[in-house]
Amino acid sequence: MPGTEDAGLPEAPGAVPLSLCVNGKPWVLQIDPRTSLLDALREHLHLTGTKKGCDHGQCGACTVLVNGRRINSCLSLAVMHEGDEISTIEGLGSPEALHPMQQAFIDHDGFQCGYCTPGQILSALAVIEEIKAGIPSHVTADLNAPPPLSASEIRERMSGNLCRCAAYPNIIAAIQDVSGIPS
Amino acid sequence: MIGEGLSRTDGPLKVSGRARYSAERREMGEPLHGFILGAAIGKGRVVSIDTSRAEAMPGVQLVLTHLNAPPQAEVIPKSDILDVQPQLTTDVIAHYGAPVAFVVADTFEQARAAAALIDIGYEVVAGEFVLDENSAAPEWHDESRLGDLDAAMAAGAATIDAVYATPYHFSQPMELHACIADWRNGHLTLHIAAQMVAQLADAVADTILIDRSCITVDSSFVGGGFGAKIALHAEAILSALATRQLNRPVQLVLTRRQGFTIAGHRPASISRVRLAATREGQLTGIGHDANIQVSPEGNWKEGVATVARALYAAPNRLTRTRHSELDTGVCEPVRGPGEVPGLMVFESALDELAEKLGIDPLELRIRNDTAIDPEKHRPLSGRRLVECLREGAARFGWDQRPKTPASRRDGRWLIGYGVGSSIRGHYQTTAEARVRLDPDGQVIVQTDMTDIGTGTYTIAAQVAAAALGVPVGQVRVELARSNLPRGNGAGGSWGSGNTSVAIDRACQALREKLGRVAGTGYNDLFAEVRRHFPTGIEAVGSTRGMDDEPSYENFSIFTYGATFTEVGVDIMTGETRIRRMLGVFSAGRILNAKTARSQLLGGMIWGISAALHEAAHVDPRNGAWVNGDFAEYLVPTHADVPQIEAIALDDFDGAANHLGSKGIGELGSGGTAGSVANAVYNATGVRVRDFPITISKLLPGLPKI
Repeated sequence: MPGTEDAGLPEAPGAVPLSLCVNGKPWVLQIDPRTSLLDALREHLHLTGTKKGCDHGQCGACTVLVNGRRINSCLSLAVMHEGDEISTIEGLGSPEALHPMQQAFIDHDGFQCGYCTPGQILSALAVIEEIKAGIPSHVTADLNAPPPLSASEIRERMSGNLCRCAAYPNIIAAIQDVSGIPS
Repeated sequence: MIGEGLSRTDGPLKVSGRARYSAERREMGEPLHGFILGAAIGKGRVVSIDTSRAEAMPGVQLVLTHLNAPPQAEVIPKSDILDVQPQLTTDVIAHYGAPVAFVVADTFEQARAAAALIDIGYEVVAGEFVLDENSAAPEWHDESRLGDLDAAMAAGAATIDAVYATPYHFSQPMELHACIADWRNGHLTLHIAAQMVAQLADAVADTILIDRSCITVDSSFVGGGFGAKIALHAEAILSALATRQLNRPVQLVLTRRQGFTIAGHRPASISRVRLAATREGQLTGIGHDANIQVSPEGNWKEGVATVARALYAAPNRLTRTRHSELDTGVCEPVRGPGEVPGLMVFESALDELAEKLGIDPLELRIRNDTAIDPEKHRPLSGRRLVECLREGAARFGWDQRPKTPASRRDGRWLIGYGVGSSIRGHYQTTAEARVRLDPDGQVIVQTDMTDIGTGTYTIAAQVAAAALGVPVGQVRVELARSNLPRGNGAGGSWGSGNTSVAIDRACQALREKLGRVAGTGYNDLFAEVRRHFPTGIEAVGSTRGMDDEPSYENFSIFTYGATFTEVGVDIMTGETRIRRMLGVFSAGRILNAKTARSQLLGGMIWGISAALHEAAHVDPRNGAWVNGDFAEYLVPTHADVPQIEAIALDDFDGAANHLGSKGIGELGSGGTAGSVANAVYNATGVRVRDFPITISKLLPGLPKI
């Protein structure tokens, strides 16, 4: 795969080669096998829109999409993602051309400090897809019917993304706006 | 323009991941990475230390311990949170997790792995780790006494004398404590997650013994603070020492668990609340005795017992505090200091009194309103507590409240309503802002105030645009660098008020300067700037501290609120769910309706959290936090919070400042916690006086199924 070089970090002893595709752009890295996918994005590729909030899979700030599914990138070693397609907040939209979900977060004030926000936005997009795909959740009443695209389903499925500013009501309003759920 | 619900001007950068928080800055080049090793005992000293295995690890550049750390200022026992905070200068360990070694390596992975290979020998001494009725020293502090509370208790038609406990709380903002220190040509730059940059720069310079002119602190984007990013912590000092020694930038990000041991906490407390009232519900006595944890290391004291001093009228009053000096680490401000534990407790006690009297708890609060500060005997400015209560009650449908506890069911849910009052002091400190008019048509606002999610970038632009009569889009706001005009940062709910007053005064000064040469009849501000000041024009405005403002002597200045909550408690499992919530607040002139509502909602959710979720638990053997991470230290999630609402009354408090604005950052939390506790009682008939209200405390008392 033709790739862009690493960000110029000194090559750690024991580093192994890794090819990733991030936001459609191929990368070839030499990476310490102890490096999390989160730290690979932040420290090696300087894609710091993916946030480190706990480094233990407890807060959701590091949420990215891997081959279309959301994961906590801090709980995954970078070397486990050979050949994977990674989508981060930087690939979703730029300040000049925002994705509708990003714009909805601004319109509904779905953040204050903004640190959990990229993870919230990526989770929100994945949640809508998970519901559309018929994946049930803890609050799905009827497991034999498609889960409804409702506020309670969204709240339940977004609960892995903590927001200490507690912008929760506004985040839900933003997601409802984008997904067409009446508030 | 002031007050308009403009969307945040920093929004596009934040939602697109382009806003660079402290550990994301790279203008200094690639940094080295640090990792702190914390003490594995609660109290004692280091007796042996072997760093040889760590130093031999690949990539390791430096290992600092108390044996080789550079000279720093003397440790100040009982230091204030922005005093000097020397690191690794002693073998003494004062609390679990305190730094004992610091590793710097080429990468984070290398530094972390090497830190794990440092061998430390400890000598453990017995510590005091448990707050209880026996842990407090006998002396009373911060006592305020009027009349004779004991006599009022003896004569009261109804009285309450109850003991409540509140746990340790941590701020735990989503962004970890982080710093990149860069020593270059004799100048130290800190990119650090901080709420008060100038004060932090002072403390760092004094700690590491460099001239104050040799340091710049930059906190352009801060991922939340809630009090935790006010104090000077190890990440600033250790990264600064290392960059000066290595001549390379050093990045240090605390782990989430280190956020529990290296940053401080809200102390646990035990309160005895005494209330006495006439048969008609007139309070005759108010008493609040608090026993709070304090630290031998730090001087911060939580004002738990003080919250009711201006809240309700009563002739006989006694509020005071005893100190339990424990080795559980440093106390620091956590959002709603004093108010969260204090109001949660006091508003619960008032609810107990209302039930004893057979008076609606809303009505009891209204009957004990006061226009005069009952202890300072001066007018309360902007006292609109009763309006908050009445407006909230009407909108919420308080008249539908179940009159008898545990009397309403919705399937398996026991339904209850609760109300709580909020009060929060408004403070003003010195602050400066500079405003510049560029001939090319741009307004530049500069101050060292931080935007920690408070909306400062947006509000500052609105205030300047309003004062100068230009569109907000023409205003560029530069914040949070210690080489900008000095304020007092974000904290104490004073940031927006301080900053806005200074910006407005700078703009007025500019208009006067311009008016002297251009008159007042001009149509195009910038045409006049180009004509008379071809290189631009600037002015500095300042805000005086409250000690220098007579109105703060003539009035007691507070903000007020009332929260109404409906909960459901599952009769089978004891699980409590918030079903509805409304807060109504009186907080002066609102500067931005959108960001203010968000901040009030956030505060209310902190109230939910205090009542139902948050508690840090101490290991009584060694003072370690047994649940020190986001898996076990419970904070509200999306699923815990329904669509709730916050309303700010249209208000203006000229006693606070000429803009009429007061602080809102901490107002929403305390009374909300009380409202939740009272709603749980109304739902279940179970009064939990040991917070948070969890399933195990409710289950034994729930009605039979």
